[in-house]
Amino acid sequence: MNDTPSAAALPLTPPRRQRRRLFDGWLASALLVALLVALPVLAVFSFVLDPAASVWRHLGATVLGDYIANSLWLMLWVTIGVVAIGVPCAWLTSVCDFPGRRWLEWALLLPLAMPAYIIAYTYTGLLDFAGPVQTALRTTFDWSYGDYWFPPIRSLGGACAMFVLVLYPYVYMLARAAFLSQSRCALEVSRTLGAGPWRGFFTVALPLARPAVIAGVSLALMETLADYGTVVYFGVTTFTTGIFRTWYGLGNAAAAAQLAAALMLFVFVLIISERWSRRRQRYHHGSARFRALARHRLRGWQAVLASCVCLLPLLLGFVVPVLQLGQWALLTYEQSLNATFVTIALQTLLLAGTAALLVLAIALLLGYGKRLHSSRLLRSAVQIAGIGYAVPGTVIAVGVMLPFAAFDHTVDAFMSRYWGISTGLLLSGTLVALLFAYAVRFLAVALQTVEAGLGRIRPSTDDAARSLGLSPGSVLRRIHLPLLRGSLLTAIVLVFVDVLKELPATLILRPFNFNTLAVRTYELASDERLAEASLPALAIVAIGLLPVILLSRAIRRPATGEVDAALTGH
Amino acid sequence: MPPLLAIDAVSVAYGSTQVLHQIALTLSHGSIGCLLGPSGCGKTTLLRAIAGFEPISAGSIALEGQVVSAPGRTLPPERRQIGMVFQDFALFPHLSIADNIAFGLRGWSASDRRQRVEALLRLVGLSGYGRHYPHQLSGGQQQRVALARALAPRPRLLLLDEPFSSLDVTLREGLAREVREILSQEGTSAILVTHDQQEAFAFADEIGVMAGGRLLQWDSGYNLYHRPASRTVAQFVGQGQMVPGRWLDTTRVETPLGILRSDAEGTPGAEVDVLVRPDDLVHVRSGDSSASGALVTATVINRVFRGAEYLYTVQLGSGQQLLCLTPSHDDVAPGERMALRLDQRHLVVFPRQTA
Repeated sequence: MNDTPSAAALPLTPPRRQRRRLFDGWLASALLVALLVALPVLAVFSFVLDPAASVWRHLGATVLGDYIANSLWLMLWVTIGVVAIGVPCAWLTSVCDFPGRRWLEWALLLPLAMPAYIIAYTYTGLLDFAGPVQTALRTTFDWSYGDYWFPPIRSLGGACAMFVLVLYPYVYMLARAAFLSQSRCALEVSRTLGAGPWRGFFTVALPLARPAVIAGVSLALMETLADYGTVVYFGVTTFTTGIFRTWYGLGNAAAAAQLAAALMLFVFVLIISERWSRRRQRYHHGSARFRALARHRLRGWQAVLASCVCLLPLLLGFVVPVLQLGQWALLTYEQSLNATFVTIALQTLLLAGTAALLVLAIALLLGYGKRLHSSRLLRSAVQIAGIGYAVPGTVIAVGVMLPFAAFDHTVDAFMSRYWGISTGLLLSGTLVALLFAYAVRFLAVALQTVEAGLGRIRPSTDDAARSLGLSPGSVLRRIHLPLLRGSLLTAIVLVFVDVLKELPATLILRPFNFNTLAVRTYELASDERLAEASLPALAIVAIGLLPVILLSRAIRRPATGEVDAALTGH
Repeated sequence: MPPLLAIDAVSVAYGSTQVLHQIALTLSHGSIGCLLGPSGCGKTTLLRAIAGFEPISAGSIALEGQVVSAPGRTLPPERRQIGMVFQDFALFPHLSIADNIAFGLRGWSASDRRQRVEALLRLVGLSGYGRHYPHQLSGGQQQRVALARALAPRPRLLLLDEPFSSLDVTLREGLAREVREILSQEGTSAILVTHDQQEAFAFADEIGVMAGGRLLQWDSGYNLYHRPASRTVAQFVGQGQMVPGRWLDTTRVETPLGILRSDAEGTPGAEVDVLVRPDDLVHVRSGDSSASGALVTATVINRVFRGAEYLYTVQLGSGQQLLCLTPSHDDVAPGERMALRLDQRHLVVFPRQTA
């Protein structure tokens, strides 16, 4: 009998060991990346116990109370504002039909393209004493200074208004997705049980959408806390302005880090509330037998009212500021559209492009690591790496500066001591530091997109390709890359635009004399050259429209991860 | 000539949990095997071990005499020339149907490849669909593309992992027959994994019943049904009841249905259970004088109409319940009595289990 299989000299590979080695390499690099990305936050917290006591006590006695009070007021009013605008608009566009509903559906997202600091500059120009509105009032009623009261735009209330106008789309987006995913059955059941449309909204639809609304509010509040450009321009003292002042004004790194740590406590509450509500949202998804809601057609004054309710935030949050910026740009483009502007624009595009590719590469490393090696260690590492989206740019900047400066000093001291060479600053104040900060801040955006894309490729697809003769490397090239192309492109666009708009971290970390469009806008506005700031601002808004287009395309299939990624990215 | 596939004492373990225990079976060229068992019995793991996706911890797997899997050594799946059809079909969504089928034809000339794709499209009845994309096809059509794609490189062995389970019941049987036909036309040997015994009977020459990571019996469908090697196989394959009995001498067993003769020998006096299949019991219509063998009467408890036949649940005077299959014309209402005769070719006897 020659049935007994001969152990022929086949080129057998020991796959288990090999696979484990490959996985270990992947695991190690993924863990290393996760650690690096967590470094800034860890650095900030490592200073909590540092006895920078004198400055700390000084801050506590003078401004800390203001920071906390202002932050809390901002959070309160922004919450009320974004819910008051976002939820009704979401409800009207998802269950009702009225004139303009089709285009308002996506147009309501447009304010997302408008960074808060830019809308703040625009409205300051519009509503200040010398602005067109007050001037018109004075000429019409023949008033002069002091004759009348006009709400001061550069105030806490003004800042709240600005945030609400550009951040309500978070709530709008998520609430709308929740309303659309609710089966019509749930609402119809409430009708058969005797609840009118209004009671149906308050007793069924809204409670079901509550986790989505909370998630949207959390995202809006994270943006509010992270903002620097608006509050510093309006003279509202918050943690971010405090960190800047302590860092540059008082030159005290430890105190700045301690303020950053205090700010992070606020942020952690928001992260937890956002994650918690998103988890709940999954359980709240409608029944398996899904039927889309039949739209309720509004008529007469109801239709007019609905159109106005949805039109107003769009006008105030996008159309008016863009028109104002456009008018300024027309007035000033002859001076401001010069070689400097072109250089800055190119520099910005190059920087944002490099950052986007870098972040994408890291996201692919982590996303693939998680697909190949689903260990709990790696999963939590990836989760930690993704936390940066919630960390304000100022905190990341301080958290990057501290370890980088320490590294530079150590190397410098070492080199001078043994070789007598001063290496100076190797990392601090270079593009490396800036790119690193961007990677920390925006990794989550790319990671979510990549993971969503990978999740749509079933594991059996990989196996099928293997059984048809493809090696693992070829599977990546011939199956995964073509299938992921859309997701990768989305990730690049999202990170690109986010980097373009980023202000505080760039301001702190940029190399000397290195400018981006956002920094240029900020500098011009700080010098009260608002009209000249309009050109870079318009450029930012125009490029910022890209992800909004992606979002508006995704809005019809609200379950995809790309919506999430795009939302957390702003 | 060595058999196409020889699996020898194969075990698979994930960490410290052993999921396959000492599996052994052989499959000869041109035959079609089936792994049958409830979900979680290890049948898919075995299939993936054959394909090269799962390393084995003991034993060996040999294809045409060449060891392809041994502890610590696994020939990667792409070098085994084994085709696989997946439960979810796993078509490549970014490739057209023709490109999907041509995917494994690397190293073929363009004209050969085109001809092969055309031939397979014809074979699976999808001529003219080459330019379509997977999402444009129905489930049954996707299934056929998956089959064509796996067959295209002329694999030595084709593995099918529950290929019909995601399809409509009405579609399933027809497609199973069709696939069987296609396989024999291509002369491909295959192993199918399923939990559906009708599918297994319809598809396979040899069937392995698996439970708890063990292969309980590797045999023809007829033998699994009529000569189950163990109580578990008897209970998993087909319907039937255990009737208590006792060996009178070495060849005869006494049961409530009468004294039955056995080919196998037993210990006189030992308590046993006798397997009685629904088709082992024959309804004796009144006035039928040709009846021979032990006759018993039983009361009808209930009955299920199944189109061509009735499945009766009847009760003997002893309280013992039995299943009986009759032609659909044998119409006896519940509560009435019917005469039954045991028509058993092979007596299947298991030692009595002491509870």
